[in-house]
Amino acid sequence: MLEHVELFFKSIFIDNMVFAVFLGMCSYLAVSKKVSTAVGLGAAVIFVLGVTVPLNWLLDQYLLQEGALTWLGEEYASYDLSFLSFILFIATIATMVQLVEIVVEKFSPSLYNSLGIFLPLIAVNCAILGGSLFMQAREIPSLGLAVNYGISSGIGWFLAILAIAAIREKIRYSKVPPPLRGLGITFIITGLMGIGFQSFGGMLTGGDEAAAEEQAVEVPATQQVEATPETYAPEADKTTTNPEDQTTKAAAEAGEAVSYNDLVKS
Amino acid sequence: MALLSKKDANLILDPLADNNPITIQVLGICSALAITAELKASLVMAISVIFVMGVGNVVISLLRNIIPSKIRIIVQLIVVATLVIIVDQVLKAFAYELSKTLAVFVGLIITNCIIMGRFEAFALGNGLWRSFLDGIGNALGYGVILIIVGFFRELLGSGTLFGIPVLGDPIAKTGLYSTGYENNGFMIIPPAALIVVGVIIWVQRSRNRALIEEN
Repeated sequence: MLEHVELFFKSIFIDNMVFAVFLGMCSYLAVSKKVSTAVGLGAAVIFVLGVTVPLNWLLDQYLLQEGALTWLGEEYASYDLSFLSFILFIATIATMVQLVEIVVEKFSPSLYNSLGIFLPLIAVNCAILGGSLFMQAREIPSLGLAVNYGISSGIGWFLAILAIAAIREKIRYSKVPPPLRGLGITFIITGLMGIGFQSFGGMLTGGDEAAAEEQAVEVPATQQVEATPETYAPEADKTTTNPEDQTTKAAAEAGEAVSYNDLVKS
Repeated sequence: MALLSKKDANLILDPLADNNPITIQVLGICSALAITAELKASLVMAISVIFVMGVGNVVISLLRNIIPSKIRIIVQLIVVATLVIIVDQVLKAFAYELSKTLAVFVGLIITNCIIMGRFEAFALGNGLWRSFLDGIGNALGYGVILIIVGFFRELLGSGTLFGIPVLGDPIAKTGLYSTGYENNGFMIIPPAALIVVGVIIWVQRSRNRALIEEN
């Protein structure tokens, strides 16, 4: 229970996909000119991460890891197929994206129209593959946590692209030095936001008493400034992820429900 | 006769400056930033990308008339993933320490947008030799930025290059440190990479005003 909450906030703020590990920067820079498109892509990323991370977790546990093939029989126990993980992960992601595209087109044409153009982009979004690779590297112990990790890192990415899109809409009215216009200033702003996000670093690691108190005061304030319209997302998700640590299937469904809510809202 | 015709030479030279994949085309930024705290890691990453792009562009160019356009993204991903697995295994065998530093970022070459971008934009419509040159050229353009960023971050952040101290010893206060110079720890943290790239873009566009964006 506590580990779910911890992982949730850790992947949104401390290990933020964009600001801490620079994943998904290409689409982050290319699609952040308008808030509305940024919301569409962000929602699609949450959804795809929430689906592919648990799937790849299953692949990793029952196919790739050393000794993962034990369920086939004793003679397979020593096999280690982890060198195949890149190719299997990316194949899962590409297939899932294609599948999601087909399903969404069939059942919700309006959602497809707002999301459709972003789905092919997502297959090559490094945040998606990165989510699966970090899941593997950090040895996430259970399927419930994998679902949680996928969704919460998606939310982190969503917050990041929403914040930069809002800033870029406003910056059009500012006097930026001509050579920095467009890409240059976006890089520097992202850098500054990244430094801001570094301050979340002490949030869960404990540290000394005073520092912990300082962080606790700081968190809600920054959250409000950077992501006022989105505060519902972490809260809504927290309530859905909390009761679900045992029943993993329910977790997957809840994950989809959350991202669908986001989609509908957007 | 020159080794390369002028048109072919431009395929290599353009991406190095005025059509740089990172600063102009906005491709492949993800991995460019995370691993540039050390020059050595940047160099290895650049070499890996040069290998993957050169070979990948050739393979895609050879397959371009066979691949059905509907599933081309999956085919491209599989080709890149295979090449990246080779790179990863070689690194693990011959440079284990470094492969630990690069960690998942070697795997992320697969989704490096430069590779997919050049496959889509060039290798699918051009012959073998030209695709090869385009791949090498773009990977070099990527590598150059990586190495510039790595150079400044390692020099200013830890006072070393390739792990060798060049500014003196910060603890014994020799060399530059005897004048009161301190390492800038800020350069080591990830967001500094973004700011360094931002400054590179600034310098490049000040020198070549044609590249300035509208807004």
